[in-house]
Parts: sequence; structure tokens; C-alpha cells
Amino acid sequence: MKKILSALLAVVMICTFAFVIVSCKKSNTGSVYYLNFKPEQDKDWQTLAQKYTQETGVEVVVVTAASNTYETTLKSEMAKSDAPTLFQVNGPVGLASWKNYCYDLKDSAIYKNLSSDDFALIDNGSVYGVAYVIETYGIIYNKLILNKYFTLEGAVASSIEEVNTFDKFKALVEDIQAKKTVLGIEGAFTSSGMDSSSDWRFKTHLANMPIYYEFEETNPTSFATIEGRYLDNYKNIWDLYINNSTAAPSELAGKTGDDAAAEFRNGKAVFYQNGTWAYNDIKSVGDENLGMLPIYIGGPGEENQGLCTGSENYWCVNKNVSDADISATLDFLEWVITSDEGRTSMSSDMNFVTPFKTFTNEYQADNPLIKAANAYITAGKTSVKWLFPTMPSEQWKNDVGSALTAYAAGTGTWDNVKSAFVNGWAAEYSKVNG
Amino acid sequence: MEKAIKRYFPIFALPTALAFTIGFVIPFILGLYLSACRFTTINDAQFIGLENFIKVFSDEGFLHSIWYTALFALVSVIVINVIAFAIALALTSAMKGTTFFRTIFFMPNLIGGLVLGYIWQLILNTIFYDTFGLVMKLNEWLGFAGLVIVVSWQQIGYMMIIYIAGLQNVPGDLIEAARIDGATPWQTLWRVKIPIIMPSITICSFLTLTNSFKLFDQNFALTAGEPANRSALLALDIYQTFYGRVGWEGVGQAKAVIFCAIVVFVALFQLRLTRSKEVQQ
Repeated sequence: MKKILSALLAVVMICTFAFVIVSCKKSNTGSVYYLNFKPEQDKDWQTLAQKYTQETGVEVVVVTAASNTYETTLKSEMAKSDAPTLFQVNGPVGLASWKNYCYDLKDSAIYKNLSSDDFALIDNGSVYGVAYVIETYGIIYNKLILNKYFTLEGAVASSIEEVNTFDKFKALVEDIQAKKTVLGIEGAFTSSGMDSSSDWRFKTHLANMPIYYEFEETNPTSFATIEGRYLDNYKNIWDLYINNSTAAPSELAGKTGDDAAAEFRNGKAVFYQNGTWAYNDIKSVGDENLGMLPIYIGGPGEENQGLCTGSENYWCVNKNVSDADISATLDFLEWVITSDEGRTSMSSDMNFVTPFKTFTNEYQADNPLIKAANAYITAGKTSVKWLFPTMPSEQWKNDVGSALTAYAAGTGTWDNVKSAFVNGWAAEYSKVNG
Repeated sequence: MEKAIKRYFPIFALPTALAFTIGFVIPFILGLYLSACRFTTINDAQFIGLENFIKVFSDEGFLHSIWYTALFALVSVIVINVIAFAIALALTSAMKGTTFFRTIFFMPNLIGGLVLGYIWQLILNTIFYDTFGLVMKLNEWLGFAGLVIVVSWQQIGYMMIIYIAGLQNVPGDLIEAARIDGATPWQTLWRVKIPIIMPSITICSFLTLTNSFKLFDQNFALTAGEPANRSALLALDIYQTFYGRVGWEGVGQAKAVIFCAIVVFVALFQLRLTRSKEVQQ
């Protein structure tokens, strides 16, 4: 009995060693490992990768980081010997930490087919990242409920086209809120939840508005400080959101992103601040009932303001992997933006608006939110730039978020938000760059 | 046989020693080194000396989280051990259904920290909102109370099992002798039972103390450090430093080294204190 036991143990030990040695062996042909940022499109990427492998025999692995954990996942994956060959950064601030890992893409197909240099991260003549999706956000609205409101007696507007300033929007929202029982809704806005699944809509996306108007005036060359010239406007729009919603302001701290999406889907609210990426969550409302309105905060000349359009998704190729892997990755990307399969998948399955010239008319993403975004551009409205890549750090966003939450709940004042916004900006900038 | 064990001992110890080196010794040394570096991933570290440590001590949030954690450890160690001991006493007395209750009290310990944290977050936020009109994210002391409640609920059962084992080992003749000498139950508890189960108290207080200092999952789930990092315990503060700012990974690492030193120091101090009270039977 003892002999059998010891023999067994010895076998187990040898097997363990053998396993370690075998798993250390690596193949020499190039392969692609894509660390994907967007969980919504994970399935589509997996399918596309399979197709590519069937066609060319090159292995493509797509791994998607769980929501909100991209940086943590990337940091640990990049330290491994089988590091991602393709990853993404969110803009100049994200690039700062990954610059030493980025392969210069200036000779790559994805850069050559880019419609404008605005969509690339270029520094000292090197192309470190190329945007692959352009997104738009604003205030999504439910046309069905709005049209019902416009027929009511004493409605402050007769169509949504009339609403092109903050004051008009405020009057509309407050009147809808007052008539919510007649309209059969619970509030004008969906809950502005400050749970981490939802707070980025306000501490990042909404905060972009006062930053945009200030930077339009000051045209800063460095982003070391901010004056907060439009913070009163930020307060006005935030007050409008929290005081005219399905939930009491004090409840917002615990509300989630799913809560807001569900309220909109179920017709309990008219307005929902979010972007083109949210389409899949709310499409059950019906394509014909969805529209998107610019976020008016009372900035100068806002009658001509459009939606907020930009990108925070840039592809970067890891230069520290083997040459075979780099060229396999570049080939894969070229295939994605030039082949029929790749272009169809990106435009109709993933619903991406891409900045590549290869996406000709038959490869245009099509959903009502994107259509609304295009309509504003066609009408000659000025799109609001995405300036949140200039925000000094994640910590800054978190601090502004905390202050907004406390203000909504009544445990903090607006002065705390101001100080987190303005003083926090300078402090964080000097901490990161000092 | 003994000779054979001596001769082959290195071979059989090798896998464990190897695993210990790979999984503990090397990361520990690497961690010490990284705390003096600027890095994005552990492969591109650049040595910068003590700069990270200077930044650590200029960080007001870190100092806040040190005393917040110390206070949390103190409160939770007392609450957990007192209640666990009381339940253990009750469940070792002649009473019906003690096995059933032991099982029930032990069960919370089987659920993972993060899942449990999110479930308790829902329960506690509802209760707090109805009572105070606030949720844990909005007030650091509500968050503190929530944390104490959750870790107590989770760890009391485990500590109770250790105390029960200790209490069952108190020799019956000692208790009988005490009774014959006219000791009240209260005197028996303080003069006979507690001195004898001192080793259990050492273990339980060590476990609860280190668990409270290391606490991360429940903190992350319940408050995520809100409001404005006021309810972040040390482990969470380190995590947020690491990922909160570009280029601050090394500062987070430096905090982790200081954190390690604090935990080791406090744990050794506590061991010495309770060990000195242990008696030989």
C-alpha cells in the first residue's frame, strides 16, 4: 500500500514538472492577441477572429476586459510573456503611460486609410494610436412621449426642433416634470445614478461641456489649470437633471446604469443622457421613437451647438512582442478595415462609425442615434469635441464624481464641486506631471 | 525509515519550496525593489530612489486611511471576539440544538467577500436610507458601521468554532473543583475558563486583527472609498493610488511596503501581548 502511494506521488510530481516544461514552449509563427475594451462588442470580435483564422490560419485571440477594469487587466497582461499584441488607450493621458509600448503605425494600413490626422495620436512624428470608432453622445429622448406632451394644452413647445438653448430646454423639462402624471411617466429624466456603473456619464461626459466652452475661449496650449468659467452652467444642467427625474436627488447615490436604461426602455422617463453605444440597451423603444438632442448648458452661441462627437478608443500595437506577431497584428487590422467580412462586422454588427476611408457608403453603421448625430452635422451644427482625454487623472474624475454625489444628496455644497473641479485639476496635474 | 526520510527530504520538499519561492519570496523582493521605481508594468521599472516614499507621506489621504484602518481594526477585533466568545459559551452549555446553531453561525464564512459585500450593500443602504436618509457612500461613518457589521457577520462564526474547540478542552475536573470551592459561574469563567483558553484567544485576535488590516473586497463593494476616499481602508487606498494616476504605480507600491511593515509590527505586538497571558495546564 505504501509503495503504491509513494509511486503515485512520484508520478504526480513528474507530471507537474513535465506540464510546466510543455507549457513553456512557444510557437514561432506570428499570432494576434487583442485585448478588447468594449464588452458590448465582445461576441462580434470573437466571430470575426474565427473567420480570420479560418481564412488565413493565423491564430487570433480576443480577450475582453470586464467593464471598468481595462487598465488593471492591461497592466497585468502586458507584464506577461504572452502580452497582448493589440491593445487600446483612451487618448493622450492614457498614452502617456503606454507610449513605450506603442509601435509606430505610420506605415500601417490603418493609418494610411485614416480620413484625418485628427483621429490619430501623433507625437514627434510618430503615430502611436489610431482611433477605430467615433462616437457621439447627447440627450437621448423618447419621441412617443414627447409627441404626446406636445399635444397637451399649455405645452411650452410644439416640437423638439424649437428647443435649441438651455432656457428653452429647462422650460420644457420642468413642464414635463410637472405634468408627469398626465403623461404617465415617473419623471422627465431617467435617474442620474452615481453608482460606478453610471457616474461616468456626469463626472466625465457632462463635465466635458464646461471644459469645452472654456477651452474654446482660452485656446490653452497646456492643460495644467482650468478656471471653471462655465461651472455655473454645469450646476444649472446638473440641477435640472437631479430635480426633474424619476428618483429623488438623495436616492441618486445608489442608482445604477441599468436602472437608468430600464427606466428609459420602459417609458418611465423622456430624457436619458448617453451615447450611440447605448443603442442596444434601449432599442426595444423602437427605432422610430428614438432621437438625440445636444446638451445645452447656456454657452455662447449654443443655438449652433451640435452633439458631442469624438473618440476615446485608439488601437495601439505592442512593439515589445516578436516581429512575427507585430506583422501578424498589422495584417489582421488591415484585413479588418479592408475585407468585406471585417467592414460588414464593424459597421453593421458592432454598429461602429469608423474614421477609415475604406468604409464606403455600403459600409455605414445604421441606427437612429447615429442618424441623429449625422443629421446635426449635415445641418451645419458644430460638434462638441471630446476633451475628457485632457482631464489630468482618474483620481480627478473620481473626486468630481464624489462631490457631485454629495451635492445631489445634500451632504455637500456646490463649492465642493467647484473646488474638486478647479483646485483638484491643478493639484492632480502637478501630481502626475510634477 | 527515519533515515530514508532524512535522505530524501530535499526531493520531497522541493516542489513546495519552489512554489513558495515563486509565489512568495520572489514577488516580495520584487515588490520591495519596485517601491523605489517608476514603472507601468513590472518589466519596465526605472530606479528612482526614495521619491515614491516622499510622495506617500505628502498624501493626506494615506494618513487618513491609516488611522481609519486602525480604528476599524480595533472596533472589529473587539466586536467579533466578544460576540464570538459569547455565542461559543452559549453553544457549549447543555442546550438542545447546539450543533444546528453552530452550523448556522458558521455558514456566512463560506460566501466570498465581494459577492457578500454587494448583497450587504443593498440591504444596508435600504436600511440606512430609510432611517437616516443617507446611504453608505455619502457618509464615512455610515460606511464604517456597514463595514463592521459585514465583517462581524462573516467572521463571528469562524472565531466561534475556535472558541468552542477551546472551551471543550477545559478539563471537567477543574470546573468541578471550582464549583466545590464555591466559585460563582462568573468567577469560573474569568478565573478558570479564560486563562485556559488563552491560546484560542491569541489565534482569534491574531486572525481578526490581520483580516481587518488586509480587508479589501468588502470595502470595495460597500463604499468603494466614497465619499472622496474618506472610507477607504489601507488596502483600497493602495489600489486606488496604483490605478488612479498615470505614473503613480510606484507610489502605490511604496504604500504597500509601508502597509506590510505596519501589519507585521502590529501582529507581532499583539502576539507577544496575548502569548504572555497564556498558562500551562
